[in-house]
Amino acid sequence: MIKEEKNTEKEPKAKSKTPIIEIKNLHKTFGKNNKILKGVNLTVNQGEDLVILGRSGSGKSVTIKCIVGLIEPDKGEIKVFDENVLNLSKSDLNEIRVRIGFLFQSGALYDSMSVRENLAFTLRKHKRDLAPEEIEAEVVEALDNVGLSDAINKMPSELSGGMQKRIGLARTLILKPEIILYDEPTTGLDTITSREISELILDIKHKRKTTSIIITHDMACAKLTADRIMVLKDGVIHAEGTYEELEKSEDEWVRSFFE
Amino acid sequence: MILTLKNTFEEIGNATLFAKQFFKEVFVPPYEAKQFVKQCYIIGYKSLPLVAITGFIMGLVLTLQSRPTLVKFGAESWLPGMVALSLIREIAPVITALICAGKISSGIGAELGSMKVTEQIDAMEVSAINPYNYLVVTRILACTLMVPILVFFADAIGIVGGYIGINIHGDVNFYRYLTQILQSLEFLDLFPATIKTFFFGFFIGMIGCYKGFNASNGTESVGKAANSAVVTASLAIFIIDMVAVQITDLFF
Repeated sequence: MIKEEKNTEKEPKAKSKTPIIEIKNLHKTFGKNNKILKGVNLTVNQGEDLVILGRSGSGKSVTIKCIVGLIEPDKGEIKVFDENVLNLSKSDLNEIRVRIGFLFQSGALYDSMSVRENLAFTLRKHKRDLAPEEIEAEVVEALDNVGLSDAINKMPSELSGGMQKRIGLARTLILKPEIILYDEPTTGLDTITSREISELILDIKHKRKTTSIIITHDMACAKLTADRIMVLKDGVIHAEGTYEELEKSEDEWVRSFFE
Repeated sequence: MILTLKNTFEEIGNATLFAKQFFKEVFVPPYEAKQFVKQCYIIGYKSLPLVAITGFIMGLVLTLQSRPTLVKFGAESWLPGMVALSLIREIAPVITALICAGKISSGIGAELGSMKVTEQIDAMEVSAINPYNYLVVTRILACTLMVPILVFFADAIGIVGGYIGINIHGDVNFYRYLTQILQSLEFLDLFPATIKTFFFGFFIGMIGCYKGFNASNGTESVGKAANSAVVTASLAIFIIDMVAVQITDLFF
């Protein structure tokens, strides 16, 4: 479904081991002593899909929100495209944010805007020189990519949960990000829709050569999309490996995710 | 007690920083002209019926309530001037501002609060769109501009209400009624009353946005944000009015 990116510059690097996101010793405490992250270290290489597993409240979403600067960590270092995002000015951080797509758990569509407006709004803010017809063409293309061009005139309240996530994904893709962060993309969806979303993620990875971090509890999604899996426990990375490696892990707690 | 006091000062401090950010962002492009016009329409045009009904009742009731006392002193002819002065200097600005606090401030608080808890504001932020500029600056500016216009409208409708009130018990020509009003009004009656309405508008918008923007996660906080916006904005209106009257008293 996703059209292949014409930019061939990125393609040779797809499977290279160039770190594109590096997190070192990340700490975050909420309130006085609710320590969520206690020294998370992770690296994501260019073109790689990293799945982060963990129980609810283990800090998975907090980790990816720190990457885009939505949450400020107490301690640590986050490097994206070789820039320490924690030391960047607002405008420099925004330059990085344009290159990162973020799919929220709920889709987070602007509920006062139609689907068309949701997509065009983002585009209009960043590409002010685009003519209305060009914006319309890009919106239609983005909706085609997620198979929902019929929904262009609908309001978010008229869409099902799965459709909202697809539109959210289309809105994320419209700026052609190099990194996509997925926050529980299949949560709350039925098995068939979850599989469709997982396949869409895989499609994006293959066609657009993006780098992704996928937060999920859905093992079918993890199996389909993950190049590598990290398991978060007690605020630190507890285990790391491919799906097959972790499925056979000697650690019973890790194995319990796969049962 | 100490904790409540500490929280109040903390809240005032945070609201001040929020307002400071408005003055920082308002001059920084991109200017969201379309969104500003849309907010003016929602805040101004859509409040007209409510303000019209309130203004009419204010004028009518004020006339009917004041008439017996003025008749007792043989000063019935002062009624148009007294009604117009009371409306323009105090009643219309404060009542209209309170109506706006109830309708606009709570609406903004609930809307932004709901956007906050459904991560729509975060979605703007991660798309490198400045949500403060797009959502807050436009709403505060629209409130600051629209509330004075709504007050003028309430003044005019209130004066019409007063005319009907006078004609319930008498027979006064509308031209004569208006002439009497214009004769009793001075520029200094209008000027301070108009200036304070800009402050009312600014605080109604600012408090609604502040409460909504800082709603904590969870749908319960949306209701709390709306409720708190009304209470705080209403209180702010009375405080601004008190300060404005004191300043007017000093200089005029």
